[in-house]
This record gives sequence, C-alpha cells and structure tokens, in this order.
Amino acid sequence: MLTTLVLSRVAASAAARGQRSTAVAWRNVTAARHSAYWWVLVSGFVEPLLYLLSIGVGVGALVGGFTLADGTRVSYAAYVAPAMIAASAMNGAVAETTMNFFGKMKYMRLYDSVIATPVAPFEIALGELLWALLRGAMYSVAFLVIMTAAGLTTPLRALATLPATVLVGLAFGGIGMVLGTLMRSWQDFDYIAVGQVAMFLFSGTFAPAEGYSLVPRIILELTPLYHGVALIRGLTTWSFDWSILGHVGYLVGVAWLGLSIAARRTGRMLCP
Amino acid sequence: MSEGEPLIEARRLVKRFGDFVAVDGIDVAVRAGEVFGFLGPNGAGKSSAMRMIGCISPPSGGSLRILGLDPVADGPAIRARLGVCPQRDSLDDDLTVIENLTVYARYFGLPRKIVRQRAAELLEFVRLSERALDRVEPLSGGMKRRLTIARALVNEPDIVLLDEPTTGLDPQARHLVWERLFRLKQRGVTQVITTHYMDEAEQLCDRLVVMDHGRIVAEGAPRDLIERFSTREVVELRFGDSPLESVIAKLDGVGQRLERLPDRILVYAEDGDTAAAEVQRRRLVPTSVLVRRSSLEDVFLHLTGRTLVD
Amino acid sequence: MTRPTAMALEYFLVSYRRTWRGTIFSAFVTPVLFLLAMGKTVGTYIDARGGLEVAYLDYIAPGVLASTGLQIGIFEGSFAVYSAFHWSRCYHAMRVSPLSPSNILGGHLSYAMLRVALSATGFVLVMTAFGSIHSATGVLALPVAVGVGASVTPLVFAYSAVISTEGLFAVLFRFVMVPMSLFAGVFFPVDAMPAPARVLAYLSPLWHGVELCRAATLATSTAWGVPVHAGYLLLWSVAGFLIARRVFVRKLTD
Ligand SMILES: Nc1ncnc2c1ncn2[C@@H]1O[C@H](COP(=O)(O)OP(=O)(O)OP(=O)(O)O)[C@@H](O)[C@H]1O
Ligand SMILES: [Mg+2]
Repeated sequence: MLTTLVLSRVAASAAARGQRSTAVAWRNVTAARHSAYWWVLVSGFVEPLLYLLSIGVGVGALVGGFTLADGTRVSYAAYVAPAMIAASAMNGAVAETTMNFFGKMKYMRLYDSVIATPVAPFEIALGELLWALLRGAMYSVAFLVIMTAAGLTTPLRALATLPATVLVGLAFGGIGMVLGTLMRSWQDFDYIAVGQVAMFLFSGTFAPAEGYSLVPRIILELTPLYHGVALIRGLTTWSFDWSILGHVGYLVGVAWLGLSIAARRTGRMLCP
Repeated sequence: MSEGEPLIEARRLVKRFGDFVAVDGIDVAVRAGEVFGFLGPNGAGKSSAMRMIGCISPPSGGSLRILGLDPVADGPAIRARLGVCPQRDSLDDDLTVIENLTVYARYFGLPRKIVRQRAAELLEFVRLSERALDRVEPLSGGMKRRLTIARALVNEPDIVLLDEPTTGLDPQARHLVWERLFRLKQRGVTQVITTHYMDEAEQLCDRLVVMDHGRIVAEGAPRDLIERFSTREVVELRFGDSPLESVIAKLDGVGQRLERLPDRILVYAEDGDTAAAEVQRRRLVPTSVLVRRSSLEDVFLHLTGRTLVD
Repeated sequence: MTRPTAMALEYFLVSYRRTWRGTIFSAFVTPVLFLLAMGKTVGTYIDARGGLEVAYLDYIAPGVLASTGLQIGIFEGSFAVYSAFHWSRCYHAMRVSPLSPSNILGGHLSYAMLRVALSATGFVLVMTAFGSIHSATGVLALPVAVGVGASVTPLVFAYSAVISTEGLFAVLFRFVMVPMSLFAGVFFPVDAMPAPARVLAYLSPLWHGVELCRAATLATSTAWGVPVHAGYLLLWSVAGFLIARRVFVRKLTD
C-alpha cells in the first residue's frame, strides 16, 4: 500500500520533470523555426559527411583497408564512417551543453525568467540536453541513411546503431553539463575544444588503437569517445563480441555520473 | 493553510552575498487580495527580498512561508502559483511576442489549447495584440514591459511579484500599466510591488514598507505613513545660488522641521501659508516658494535621508 | 603602414594580451595534434603501401601549415569583427576618434596577419622537430602560410561586416572553411577527385598555398609554377581588401 503510494508519487514527479524538461527543449524548437538558425542546423549535418568523403574516401585510397579484430576486412571509408557519427554526436552534445548553455545563461539571460517558473535549474539543463540529443539523432539518421546508400552498412545494422549514437550523445551531454557549470569565460571553451579535437583524432577514429604504445593506449581507453567509436563501429560493421557490453556500460556510467554531478551544480549556479 | 493566514509571511528574513548582508532580518506579512509595496533607495535590498519571495534565491536566514509552503522544499509548487515580473525585462529575443507567452506557459505545464487562448487574451489585456507575430527585439521599452507583465499572468497566479513595473516608461504607458494592475486587484489578485515612484506607491499600494540598508524603517498604509512621519503641508524654498547654510540658520523655528537638499530647503508645517509668511517676515528672499501637500516622497526623505532616484 | 593604422593595430594588440593563452591552444596545439594523428598514425599504414613518394607525415605537414594560415585568418576575421560591429562595438568607438574606416580595417587586418604569422612560425618549428622540412627553402613556407591567410581574411572581414546574425558563421565555417581544408590537397592529391571537385580545389586559394608550401619544404616543383600560384594568392588578397574596404566605409560612415 505504502509502496504503491510512494511509487506513484515518484512516477508523478518524474512525469512532471519530463514535461518541464520537454518544455525547455520546446523553446529551442520554437526558436529554430525562425531565421538563420536553419542554416546552423543543416550545416551540422554536412560536416561529418565532408570528413567521410575527404578522409574516408580520399585518404582511404592511400590507406586501402583495415582488418578488424574479428578478422573482417573493411574499406577505410567503412572504418572511418562510424567514428564520424560518434564524433558528431559528441560535438553536438558538448556544444549545446557548454557553449550554448553558457551563452544563453550569461549573455542572453534566457534562464533568468525560466527559474521563476516551476522548472528547476536541473530541468533546464536536461531540456537543453534533450534538444541536443534530438538534433544529434536527426544528424545520425541522415548519416546512417547515406552510409546505407553507399553500401558502408546495411539497413538493419543502421537501425541498431541509432540508439547507440543517442547513448554517446547522452554521455557527452552529461560531461558537457558539468563542464558548462565550471566555465568562467569564453576563453575556457578553447580548452574544451582542444580536448574534443584530441579525442576526435586519437580515439581509434582514423586508425586502430592497437598502433599506440601502452601509456597513450591506456589514456585513450579511458576517454568516452573511444568507447563510443568502438560501440558504433561494432554495430555498423556487425563485428562485435561480448566486450561491446563493456562499452555500453562505460557510456551509461559516464552519462549517469555527469548528470548527477550536474544536477547538484546547476541549481547553485542559476539561483545565487 | 487556514483562512486569514497571510499568503506571504517572512520572519527575520536574511539574504547574504558572501559577507555582504543585502536583506537584514525583515518581517513582512502580506494578506490575500492586498497590494503590498517595497520602497527604498537603490541597493536597499528590495529586489533581493522579492527574489526570495519568488523562490528564486534561497534565504540565508530567518523563516519564509509562501502560500503556507516552504520555499526551499516546495519551490516548484509555490512558483507554479506565482507570477513574476523581474526588474530587468528577460524576454526571449529569438521568439515572437506571442511565442514569448506560449513557450513560457508550457513551463507551467498548461495544456496547449488553454495556452493559446490565454496568450491571446493577455495580449489583448496589455494592448499588444497587433504585435503578436512580431519579433520582440524591436519593441519599445514600454511594450516590452507590458509583455513581461502579461507573461507574469500566464499561469493565472495567486500572487504577482512586480519589481519596478513602470521604471523607464513614459507617462501614458505608466497609466496603462497602473490601470491594468488596478483591474488585477479588483479580481482579487495579491500583488507585491517595488517602485521608486511615490505617486505610484500611493496610488497602488494598500500597505507598504520602506527599506534602507536591508532593514525595514517604516511600515503602514501610505496615508498613515504620511501622517506619522510628515506634516500636512510642505513649503519648498529655493534660493538661487546663495549658500543654503547661511539661510537655514535664519529659518530656525519656522514650521516643525527643516530639511536641506542640495538645491532647496523643505519646511514641514501644518499650515504652509503661515510658514511661508514667516519666511517673508524674516527678510529672506527665496527665488521661488512652493506650498504643497505632503507626500510619500517626504516620508521617504525623512526616513532614508536621500532622494529616491539616484 | 600609416600612423593611424598603426594606432588601430595597437588597440588589438593590447586586447590580445588578455586572451593569448587560449589562442595558443586552439591555434597551435590543434594542428600539431592533426599532424600526429594523421601523419604519424594513419601515415604508418599509408607508408606501408607506398602510394606516395614521400612519407605521409612529410606530405601533409606543409599542407596543414597552409591550412593553419587559412583557419587562423578566418577565425580572426569572423567573431572578432562581428563583435566589433555589434557586441563590443569597438569599431564605432574608434570611429569617433580621427581613425577612418580604412585605418580601422587596416589595423585589424594587420593584427589578424600577425596572428597568422605567429601560429605559422610555431608550426614551422614543430615541423622542423618532426624532420619534415627537407630543404633550406622550407623557410619560404612561412610567408606562403601568411599569404594564404591574407588571401581569404579580407573577404571574411567583409562577410562578418554584412551578416546580420552570428548564426551565419556556421555557414562560413562548415560550407567554406572545412571543405577547403579537407579537399584542397592537404590530405590527399586532388587528382584523385572527380573533375568538378578538382576544379573547385583549383579555384580555392588554399590549394595554391598548399602547392607552394609543399614545394618549399620538400624542395620539389609546383603544379603550375610558382608565379601562377603566388599571383593567384595575391589576386585574392588585393580583391578581398578592396571589397572589404568598400564594405567598411559603407558600414562605418553614417
Ligand atoms: N547576486 C548578488 N551578488 C552579490 N551582491 C548582490 C547580488 N544581488 C544583489 N546584491 C547586492 O545586494 C544589495 C541589494 O541589492 P538589491 O538588488 O536587492 O537592491 P534594490 O533595493 O533592488 O535596488 P534597486 O533600487 O537599485 O533595484 C546591493 O548592494 C547589491 O549590490
Ligand atoms: Mg531592485
């Protein structure tokens, strides 16, 4: 009796949280319908595609192909493409939760009015993340369609990959939200950008991590993007084993950790 | 919450920013249907108090209950029944006028259909219907202020908090806002207002407090305060360029009290004309003499020793 | 440089004192990381197949140098200029002083070119450390990188002056800068691309810069001869400057 009561209260408050976070995401959808923002949306899709063509196809002609851990031989484009999706999911989620969150908070003072409503600070951050995931999922769908059309993966594998791309976005969104609460000025974003580029370049994106010596390799395997790339590549090339669960677990852990730290920090930051 | 219990009740309420005490132990009780005012010079702590009442800023000390609830534990539930018009317009420049209302209403979890209908009504209420589809950015200051007020009403709040609702507006726009706030009062909506305009406070507020340095220095209905802290009439004397020190010594004993401002001397008296005649009799030659009824402004001057707007 | 222009330049140099730390990272560390990831790591696989005459690291290093010139130039000409018009409004503040729109443009452009030269110098030092500079002519890669910057930056200044929302920078970065960096012969020879794409690469100033840089560091010859490539970069610089000056005069004169 008591448990059902408690459970129903928990469910009700979770539903209210969800509704309020969605309302924050909805604000962005409404704003996106106006003006030049459309260009920003479209351009976010073009970037991974350009990298795929340049590095995957252009440099790919010089590299040839790779043999994956399970012995499958893939073209360089098929090797690089899943990494592009993972990186794009990372970039989208990080941009929205750090730079854009900071800009909306400090310069546009957008949240000054929102905190006066029942929406809690953490729900604002969740809403921004939700919006980032939504955008990211759109890009991923488009990119997976192109990969399928180019024969770099199959429709079923692409379908299985989609939730994985959202998970990568969620993990980086969690990290981004924590970083977003630590920012002091625009200059700090330069450091975040370098961190992103470093991950983008070395997370087994363009060449197998087996090539690195021990220490860099350990550092690399600690980065979330490494797990994101490994997970998504495993799915698009359908060459995974049980270790894929480790990647999933790692990303879920990062997402959970990031969100719970952010939950505590956002309140303090938005309501002095 | 029982009948007759105040909607807002603060006891020894404190707000600190680091070592600085912005609100220093104030007691406030606002009853249902009342229009309550916070007055005070810049930096007195009005907005800080308002933000605590709005459950945006957690109190640093004392107790605060709003609608019978605790702001820290029940913040969202309280905010759901408040309408807030902050000192600084915080409209969303990326959205149109009407979207500013509909998007905001969604934060209260109102169903879409009601949202649309209410947004249209509110735009009508603040006379912005023609601008519904325009962007917010090019609107005039007065229009933005009215839109912010409309936004504060979108959830049909029990209490509306208005931090300087008419600062920066031209006289017409101010009168429009006053008239709308009066209509809200008639509907029984409780309002808490801060203002730097004494005429505004006299017109709108049933009761008010004057704050200075984070403390309440006086409390009461506007008329009561005038009676308590001022005389019936005031004579304003200007003396051109001559130094006021020498003049004020010669005015000793005229009226009940004297106040020297940078540019003029105020003589507080029950009968202004008699006091003005006494000034003449003492062979002082002011460049101008103005006899007027005492106002809240004089109370304010007396209590804080400062003019209102810096 | 005229005295007023030098005064405008000084303004930007002074404000750079506050922000240089972050730019060292983004302007310098990023290309080095690129060099490592692509040149060293992917390079191992490419060199094993032997598709190029030189090591892949040495092949892309001059290309990344030229493209650093491009990117720093574009960055310096984008948000900073937009901000000077719309946010900090420092152009308008300068306009009240005796500085003319041309002085302001000249000063800010010179500053941008200094930033390009600074980053390019750092990058050339890294290339030397990696052993990617095969000849003394490699020193010439430095002015070429600045030339690449000079070929696009004035146009970016003009772009930033006319756009009405900063959202349009995403278009500039993702539809102009990124494609140029990726397809103008930095990472793979343009001959590998289909004809239409190749023509676009030839039209881009970056390809000419890459050709010159590569010829300088590897002591090889260029595709179309040094005068053609250098002349093409110069053409863009001059035309860009004239356009930017028109736009600045129009925008800063009421
Ligand atoms: N977030 C903050 N951090 C530090 N100090 C603050 C903060 N907010 C307000 N203060 C300080 O608290 C004091 C009271 O400020 P508050 O805004 O409450 O004054 P006010 O009465 O509303 O003044 P005004 O008439 O100018 O609006 C001021 O000295 C202000 O500097
Ligand atoms: Mg205030």
